[in-house]
Formats: sequence, structure tokens, C-alpha cells
Amino acid sequence: MAYSDKVIDHYSNPRNVGSFAKDDPDVGTGIVGAPECGDVMKLQLKISDDGIVQDARFKTFGCGSAIASSSYVTELVKGKTVDEVMQIKNSEIVQELSLPPVKIHCSVLAEDGIKAAIADWKKRRQPAPAAAAGKR
Amino acid sequence: MDGKGIYMDNHATTPLDPRVLEAMMPYFSSVFGNAASRSHGFGWEAEKAVEAGREQVARLINAKAKDIIFTSGATESDNLALKGVVEFYKDKGNHVITAVTEHKAVLDTCKALERKGIARVTYLPVDQYGRVDPDGVRRAITDQTVLVSIMHANNEIGTINPIAEIGKVTREKGVLFHSDATQGVGKLPIDVDAMGIDLLSMSAHKMYGPKGIGALYVRAKSPRVRLAPIIDGGGHERGFRSGTLNVPGIVGFGAACELCRTGMADEAQRVLALRERLREKLFAQLDDIYLNGHPVHRLPGNLNVSFAYVEGESLLMGLNGSTHPIAVGETPAPIAVSSGSACTSATLEPSYVLKALGVGDELAHTSIRFGLGRFNTQEEVDYVAARVVHEVRRLRDLSPLYEMAKEGIDLKSVEWQRE
Repeated sequence: MAYSDKVIDHYSNPRNVGSFAKDDPDVGTGIVGAPECGDVMKLQLKISDDGIVQDARFKTFGCGSAIASSSYVTELVKGKTVDEVMQIKNSEIVQELSLPPVKIHCSVLAEDGIKAAIADWKKRRQPAPAAAAGKR
Repeated sequence: MDGKGIYMDNHATTPLDPRVLEAMMPYFSSVFGNAASRSHGFGWEAEKAVEAGREQVARLINAKAKDIIFTSGATESDNLALKGVVEFYKDKGNHVITAVTEHKAVLDTCKALERKGIARVTYLPVDQYGRVDPDGVRRAITDQTVLVSIMHANNEIGTINPIAEIGKVTREKGVLFHSDATQGVGKLPIDVDAMGIDLLSMSAHKMYGPKGIGALYVRAKSPRVRLAPIIDGGGHERGFRSGTLNVPGIVGFGAACELCRTGMADEAQRVLALRERLREKLFAQLDDIYLNGHPVHRLPGNLNVSFAYVEGESLLMGLNGSTHPIAVGETPAPIAVSSGSACTSATLEPSYVLKALGVGDELAHTSIRFGLGRFNTQEEVDYVAARVVHEVRRLRDLSPLYEMAKEGIDLKSVEWQRE
């Protein structure tokens, strides 16, 4: 199967590879997929207090298209507000990377990854609900 | 190493040996007769070439020439053996025994027979190395069993089955024994008499011959094996397989068999040494890698390894491309190997063969099959080892699983978010 030039570019020169400290309160971490499915993406977003994505990192276990999807999405989110990031659709990734139908799940996973990262960031920013914890 | 790269996928197909091509050439042009034409010299010459080829094929497996039925390849041979026996012996029984690691040409034929309601099939399990237990075969045989079909060597993991022992069981029980020997023929000694084989599938292109030609060995004596044909027509090949014979293909198949037969001992040793060199280099330089298949009972040219935390297709992509120059050659040549990863299959399921061995899906996704053959060199092995080590390390730097494993996290205890 032939890969698009953009997939090859991201695979060969992945952008923003690495990890932020998970306990950094400004960092949201999303880990999606499962090893037995052949795809695991870890996407991390560093988000300022005013809700702007300052920086992003990824690590991905998966095929070239999965690596390219996560690499591309780290570029896509930078400078965007949290609300804008939540609007990102997997179809943008499919289009940018010219993914074939059999690889669409890679783009879905990348979309899920950034949403999971935002959810994680939001959760961390909520003050610990002491009363609610007491009820349990 | 030329511009097209290094070919290490010799289980998929092998390059045509130039000596085989040379033998075939006249049969594409000047000697064009139909081997079934009995009335003139054009036909006689073609028939002579076909019979010489048949003799060469037979000699390789210690069979009689008239027991060789030419087909289009091993898939057709498997279909003919299974469907032909089941149909012909339907009054005797309807039970077939095979194994879960067989090639799809056998498994899907069995499933077709089950679907049509004409056979009941037992799929034997294999051990952790992919071997079938001859006692398991014995226990599975019933008074309804008409055929046991067990492959000689597996195409993914190279594991060699105890064929002679299974042949002993089927002889004792009076059941026919078919073996798909596509991967082993020409690489290792196969003797249909000594191994008690009644039907054997083979393919020319897996042994440096041309594509589109293969054979089914069908024992004519003690026992005499009968088959219902699946292709009807002019009654060629003792009526088992009608259709004008592929004369250049048969000539090439014969020449390929002859080269394999005369060079087998040396070649097996040389290819094994290359395989072991590759294995040692990989295992010396990389942690968390696992050999799939049997350490000893294995095709000389087969190496199947799981590179934990690196998905197989991504590794293939790295080896295929020449985007990561390393200090081995000036322009790194692409490397052709294959993977048991889901992403390389049409079904998005990882290798059913590795699954049958008990290899977890997470490791099956990281498997790479190296298939070494006649034309590989030590220089190529060294280059491939260096490139694989480089790519695995690069991809592990990208792998969240490798990071987690190195942090001491037990990946099995993680609650993954599945799609």
C-alpha cells in the first residue's frame, strides 16, 4: 500500500514527540487505544490559564498513519483555544494526510486523544470537591 | 543491493533463478506446441518437455513421475486434494482433520466444505511453537475420517511439523494424508514414501521457479488415492485436472526442482547460517524481542520476531522507505519483509497463526517475518540487522508503551480505552 507524502513526512520527521510531566497542573494527558488493537496514542496538551494550547506532545504505538495522525494533530492544536480544539474533527486529519478508508480509525483515535487530553486538563483544574468526596 | 532494495520476503515468493528462466525461454517461442497434440512433432516436443519436468518434480520428493498432477499452484492443489478426496470418498465418511495454523488455502477450503454441509472438520490445536501433536491426530481420527491435512512447514513462523510421525499414524489408521508442503519443498528433504504422504501440494514460485505452476502429488499405489476433479474438460493429467498444460511453466518448475535437489544440502546450511547471523545480531542489540515459532524445527530461511512496543506496520514502513540514512551505505536500500500486524492484513485482525501459538495480540501486532533465501548475502544480513535495530530504537522513542514499560508500569494492568 502506498502512503501519501504527508504521512511519510510526519512518520519520518514526527513533530512534537515526547512527554510533559503528567502531574503538571497545566498539562492534560489523553491516552487512547489499546496494545492488543495495535494502536495506542498518548497526546499531551499544555494549556495556559486563559485556555489556550501553548504546546503539545505525543507518543504513539501504531502504524505509520497513526503516528502521522498524532504528529499532525499536535501541530493543529497549538495556539487554539480549548473550545476550538474540541471542534477539531477527524475528517480534517483524513483530508490533510489523504488517509485511505482503512486508516480512518487512526484519525478517529487522534481526535479522541485530544478530547481525552482536554477532559483530563479540565478535571485537574476543578478544585477538589471535598464535600462530594465526603458523601461517598 | 540495488536500487530496488533487499528482498527478504522469500516465503511470499522467490525470485526466478536465471538458470530456470533460461531453461524456459524456448518454450515461450519456438517450442509452442500443445502437449496434448498427438498428431505432430510440435505436440510431441512439448509433451517430451512436460514429461521431463514431471520426472524432475517427482525426483525431488521421491515420487513416481506419473503421480505428479500439474496445477496452477499450491492453492489449487490444496483445493483439489481436499475437495477431491471429500467428494470421491463421500460414501466412506465425511470427516477431515487439519490444524489451526494451516494456510488459508486449506482452512478456507475446509470452511467451504463445512458450509456446504459435505464435510465435518476438526481443527487441531498446536503447541507454543506451532507444532501439531501426532497423538492429537490419532485421537481425532474416527471411523468417518477420510483425510488428514497437515502442512509440512508453516509460512509465517517456519515451524516444521512431525510429518513422518503423522504419516505413521494415518497409515496405521488407514486414513489418507495430505500435506501442504509449499514452503518446505526444495528447502528440506521430503520423501513421500518415507513420510507416508498420500497427497502433497507444491508451488514452483516458492522455490525459485515461475508463478502460475504447481503440482499435487497423488499416490497411485499402496494406497491408490482417488479424487473427484474440480476442473472438468479434456481429461488431462489422468482426468484429475483438465486444461492445456502450461509447458514453459512446467519446464521451469522442473528446472527449479532440479536445482533445489542438487544444491539442497549446501543451500540449507548457507541460508541457516545467514538466518542465525541475523537472529544473533538482533537479539544482541535489542531488548524485549521474542522469537515466534520453534527454535530448531524451523525452515532454515525463516525468522519471525516480535519487537515489543513497536507496531509491525510502522516498522515495515521504516524499513521500506529510505528516509533514515544511517552509516551503512550511501543510499540506504529499502528492505522487503512482512508483518503479522493487523494493519497489514485485509481483515484488521493480527496473525491467526501467532494467536494459535498463544502469542498475545499486543505482541502479534509487533511481529516481523524475515524470509531469507538463495540470493541473500551476508552483507545484506548485516545491513538489515543494522537498519532494523535503528528503526526499532527510533520507533520505541516514539512509543508510549515502551515509555510506560521502562517506567515499570505493567501494561496488562492498565485499563485501556478501547474503541
